[in-house]
Amino acid sequence: MDREEPIVSDASLKRSPLDAEHRRLGAKMVPFAGWEMPIQFSGIIEEHNAVRHRVGVFDVSHMGRLIVTGPDAAALLRRALTYNVRRLEEWQAHYAVMCRDDGGIIDDLLVYRMDAGRFLVVDNASNADSDRDHIAGLVEPGMDVTLDDIQQRTAMVAVQGPESSPLLAETVTGTLIQALPRHGCMEFELLGSNAVIAQSGYTGEAGCEIITDAGRGHALWEALLAARAKPCGLGARDTLRLEAALPLYGNDIDRTANPFEAGLGWAVDLDDEPFVGREALLRVREEGVRRRLVCLQASDKGIMRSGFPVLRNGETVGRVTSGGFSPTLGTSIGMAYVPLELAEVGTSLEVDVRGRPLPVTVVKRPFYKRSN
Amino acid sequence: MADSPKDRRYTKEHEWVRLADGEALLGITDFAQEQLGDLVYFDLPEPGAQIRQHAKLGEVESVKAVSEIYAPVSGEVVEVNQRVMESPELVNRDPYGDGWLLKVKPGDPSELDNLLSAEEYDALVATAAGEQH
Repeated sequence: MDREEPIVSDASLKRSPLDAEHRRLGAKMVPFAGWEMPIQFSGIIEEHNAVRHRVGVFDVSHMGRLIVTGPDAAALLRRALTYNVRRLEEWQAHYAVMCRDDGGIIDDLLVYRMDAGRFLVVDNASNADSDRDHIAGLVEPGMDVTLDDIQQRTAMVAVQGPESSPLLAETVTGTLIQALPRHGCMEFELLGSNAVIAQSGYTGEAGCEIITDAGRGHALWEALLAARAKPCGLGARDTLRLEAALPLYGNDIDRTANPFEAGLGWAVDLDDEPFVGREALLRVREEGVRRRLVCLQASDKGIMRSGFPVLRNGETVGRVTSGGFSPTLGTSIGMAYVPLELAEVGTSLEVDVRGRPLPVTVVKRPFYKRSN
Repeated sequence: MADSPKDRRYTKEHEWVRLADGEALLGITDFAQEQLGDLVYFDLPEPGAQIRQHAKLGEVESVKAVSEIYAPVSGEVVEVNQRVMESPELVNRDPYGDGWLLKVKPGDPSELDNLLSAEEYDALVATAAGEQH
């Protein structure tokens, strides 16, 4: 066996408000996007299956959380995002992508419209600071808007799985949870302070994400565990989102990709309002994409992983962006950009796994879809 | 972690080997399976293949990682544990019992003298584990 590098506690890594809880449970901690986070508690596959069949909870406090407020909040966010936030009703959320002038993706995120001119942006931990600075940089003189980075003041927990609704009703929300519409969000009182709950998640299961005061995070987490939600780490988070074919920034999407070739055109509103990247994306839509992000499923033993070459008739046509093992399907799955002519469902390709060809097939996305 | 079984020898790369009835049974240690996490595939040599002590004999993949397996002894592969090939998680559950990987006809049983005793291996693991928090 090769010996893994020992992980030494690094004082320069940020810690979640729930850090002490994870260590008490004996979670395996790893560095991630400048944070020290749990990669697993009891085991990746066990945690994955708990979310697919019952309910699991994830500490996602490392994600960026930005409140944008004011009469020009919508105008600012329209300028920054591909999705037109003016379409959002109050207490509704939508997935969006943020692009550069050349149409390359700088992050994917969720934007929530609350009330009283308030918006909440939840983005990837790896881009939290740069996103905030990018949005701040788009504020024009005379714009009446304020940005409040609430990441340090808050904790965030995801509750995911077919039993998430009853669990939440039993522990924190009572019957409020039934009033939450699809992609909806609401403010509610949790342990004497304001919290936000949204129907969102990164697992392909029903569920919600809750943002509370950092000081209340511990009590929320403990309440969920006491009600027998399974604590889950980043390992299961990754296997779950991969089965749901949800992109991971840095792997499946980055500045070298535009939303159309990544299959995210549905999050792009190419109307008359200007936004960063609009002209470039108009051109992409007119000219068409030359490659597509596709889902690949292995038909033999072996695991495709990020970076492995994708071959057609012995020639490299792309690289695996995300890859791993699917506990639900019992085989390896992954994603890759391939030329348009090879992107059709049913296309046979191979992935070079450390010198050996692994037969894979382009399959319809997602790999897994929940039935409820 | 419990003390390693005393009826076998160990490598620094976290494999074990036990001689019984002229055959060598080999596998990976509890420490190895715990470090790797949920195991999903084993890539092992076929019966008839020759393996050489300390040379790579195959690979094991977990959900998060892949690792090489090195031969604790030289010899000819007699049997591959098919139950492990079908259910790799068996090695997570019982790495020293049902989770054995290969039966090998050892070329030179004295090679086991090159390896670590259970006590020596436990000392190695304690150092390695102590380096993690």
